[in-house]
Amino acid sequence: MEQQEAKKDTAWSRFMAWIDERMPVTETMQYHMTKYYAPKNLNFWYVFGVLSLVVLVNQIVTGIWLTMSYVPSGEEAFASVEYIMRDVEFGWLLRYMHSTGASAFFIVVYLHMFRGLMYGSYRKPRELLWLIGMAIFVVLMAEGFFGYLLPWGNMSFWGAQVIVSLVGAVPVIGPDLMEWVRGDFVMSEITLNRFFALHVIALPLVLVMLVFIHIIALHHVGSNNPDGIEIKKDKDENGIPKDGVPFHPYYTIGHDLPAIVIFLILFCGVVFFMPEMGGYFIEHPNFERADPLATPEHIAPVWYYTPFYAMLRAATFPLFGFDAKFLGLVVMGAAIAVPAVLPWLDRSPVKSIRYKGMYSKVMLGLFVVSFFILGYLGTIPAGPMATVLAQICTFVYFAYFILMPWYTRVERTKPVPERVTTR
Amino acid sequence: MSGDEINLQRRYFLIGATSVVGGIGVVGAAVPFVRSWSPSAKARALGAPITVDISKLRPGEMLGPIPSWRGRPVFILYRTQEMIDGLEAQNPRMADPLSENEEQQPPYAQNLWRSRRPEISVMVGLCTHLGCSPQFLPEVQPQPFDANWRGGFFCACHGSRFDLAGRVVRGVPAPSNLQVPPHMFENDTTIVIGVDEETA
Amino acid sequence: MKFLLLALAVSFLAPTLAQAAPSGDWDMERFRPNLHDKPSLQRGAQLYMNYCWGCHSLDFQRYERTADFLEVPHEVFLDNLVFTDQAIGGLMENAMPREQAQNWFGAAPPDLTMVTRVRSETWVYNFLRAFYVDPLRPFGANNKVYPNIGMPHALIELQGVPNLVCAEVPANGRDALTGEAMTEERCDVIEVADGTGVMSAEEFDQAAYDITNFLYYVGEPTRVERERLGVYVILFLIVLLVLTKLLAREYHKAYH
Repeated sequence: MEQQEAKKDTAWSRFMAWIDERMPVTETMQYHMTKYYAPKNLNFWYVFGVLSLVVLVNQIVTGIWLTMSYVPSGEEAFASVEYIMRDVEFGWLLRYMHSTGASAFFIVVYLHMFRGLMYGSYRKPRELLWLIGMAIFVVLMAEGFFGYLLPWGNMSFWGAQVIVSLVGAVPVIGPDLMEWVRGDFVMSEITLNRFFALHVIALPLVLVMLVFIHIIALHHVGSNNPDGIEIKKDKDENGIPKDGVPFHPYYTIGHDLPAIVIFLILFCGVVFFMPEMGGYFIEHPNFERADPLATPEHIAPVWYYTPFYAMLRAATFPLFGFDAKFLGLVVMGAAIAVPAVLPWLDRSPVKSIRYKGMYSKVMLGLFVVSFFILGYLGTIPAGPMATVLAQICTFVYFAYFILMPWYTRVERTKPVPERVTTR
Repeated sequence: MSGDEINLQRRYFLIGATSVVGGIGVVGAAVPFVRSWSPSAKARALGAPITVDISKLRPGEMLGPIPSWRGRPVFILYRTQEMIDGLEAQNPRMADPLSENEEQQPPYAQNLWRSRRPEISVMVGLCTHLGCSPQFLPEVQPQPFDANWRGGFFCACHGSRFDLAGRVVRGVPAPSNLQVPPHMFENDTTIVIGVDEETA
Repeated sequence: MKFLLLALAVSFLAPTLAQAAPSGDWDMERFRPNLHDKPSLQRGAQLYMNYCWGCHSLDFQRYERTADFLEVPHEVFLDNLVFTDQAIGGLMENAMPREQAQNWFGAAPPDLTMVTRVRSETWVYNFLRAFYVDPLRPFGANNKVYPNIGMPHALIELQGVPNLVCAEVPANGRDALTGEAMTEERCDVIEVADGTGVMSAEEFDQAAYDITNFLYYVGEPTRVERERLGVYVILFLIVLLVLTKLLAREYHKAYH
């Protein structure tokens, strides 16, 4: 019924015709919004993509504003953050929106990725979409890491020191590489300056471009859905998927708008009432200026790195002629990278967890539990019990991927229906 | 199940209401970003009133462009009786001889000499055209830019001229007289710039 | 998805557990700040400026903001609490030269603007009450919460001389026979010598409370404003949520 009013000769339609002759605005809008058909059974889990866009915008806008008052120098960086928090009008709000946004970014991205694991969103024809997404994830981790140094608090300093030291574990060239990354013999203002440049210009540019092609790729192949059915295979006489509904307005207004508002309520709840989140979103030692002579009693990365940090620490013994330090680096790197090969590990005839067998369900469950345990272990000081537990969880984490070609083939799957199901 | 269940009126009402409330939200969210551009507590602290000792200033001399108030140069001019007497004769050449533009000085400086005391003049040393700091040329002698120069301020950037009371000469780019900041005399030889009895 | 929720619950509980950890043999008493108690904040500011600020600067806080929040007129504040020639808009920096301070104390006394955010307000409150006389330390004082601290007991004239004595203190559990609460003798109990300080024990606790409350304010001076604004923002978003939900339902009807 929306189409009935089209083709009226109004000033607006003439203006749009003028534009469309020169730039495909209407066509692009249709391709990506009103004639982009999304499966009608998308559920709660499909909202995190749009939410990560909301957070991205928040980070970019508040980031630009913070840059206006921040001073990237060893002498003044810490004081300039407090200057923002106190002297700049509403500076505290901009800063908390940015610091909370960093954590919110990882929350929505992790949930977005978990959705992909559950419903097999990485499977053909979405392999490239998944790889672009993995690239976004890695860039996001780097972006967060570089940004965390900027307040020049004591945790900023020592956290960056520890992670940069990891580079030193690379055989042969490690120590030189470490100096090259820092540009100095210790973490210093020189390091701060290059991290600043990467955080505010280089990586955001890469991130925005990757997000753009992520969406382009998505709209080319179309969204997956909780049933893992390709809706494009079943089209009506007009070439419209029978199980598809227009992304706009059905999902934009019908789903995403209220979801964004709910997200904003939670987000603002943190920003206004618990911006430190008990030391998880802003760590307590970071309210102390960086002191190259005094390490905080307990160094823990921000929560979103802790699962990988725990895996790094879990490597405590030499293996295959490599020392533990280098192995830790390899384990952590592999843990971050291994989801990228998922499209080629999953041999199941079905995509969605709904129709996969028991093994897949158990493995996914174990994977998530081990990820959470690792995340917790990464925040506490290392001890013998914690190390053993971390080793077990690391093993489970990798087993989920490495055993996948086997367990997805041998398990009994349920039949996938012809059409999508709405619960 | 079908289109005829749609109540278009209700839908349009909800679209309107959501847009209005959402619009308020967007404006509200913009407030912190806009407000964060106003002078910070640090800027305001640095721009706080300054106290200037003029006990060493002699007639015919000027103190300036140091001190500065809010980062702007301030001219404190000690006029001789001769300079004061010469002001009135300049009126026909001036664009605003009686300082009728109220924004350029506090009420107590809306007089012939544009100051609280005829001999001591306090002015912001920035040309009202595009903000260059004018030169102080007190001598009565022909100048390349003005054959009838009676002493005053000359802005080399775009050729604006002001007399010894900071009044702008007719026919130059600057639109108004030099600004007189709020100020008061703490005692005979001490001026506080940036604050007066009204704003204190 | 229950395990998800469980794991989330565990991870949110963890920080509270970590904070409850005792420090040495001192039982941490929980500090409850009150930013609306202006008299307490005023007393705290006065005590801090007189007894602490000489060594411990507040480099990031401005006098003007403090005076306004504490509801003290600027002139009164300048006359009574500003000991340098700073203007009211200036930072609450002390005049102690860093390098000399380092020579005197071994390490320069830290800035305390954000001490309650670094160590928690409960830590600061207990720290102030945990000094005791220890002739082995260079400044004659030690601290139960911060062992081997390198500073004197700055509040000793207020508190009096706190000595370590042996005393019967309540212990865990009850006597199995009599059912009475058990006690044990411990020789590290702080007891203030009678008549050595100008304050009673209660008055001194109040003073420690006031100083901590003041530092809690200074740690994040925008807190009251933040929480007040937050209420309005959340209420607004709830209204917006109702509208968007209703609108979303209209669009759902069209397709189901």
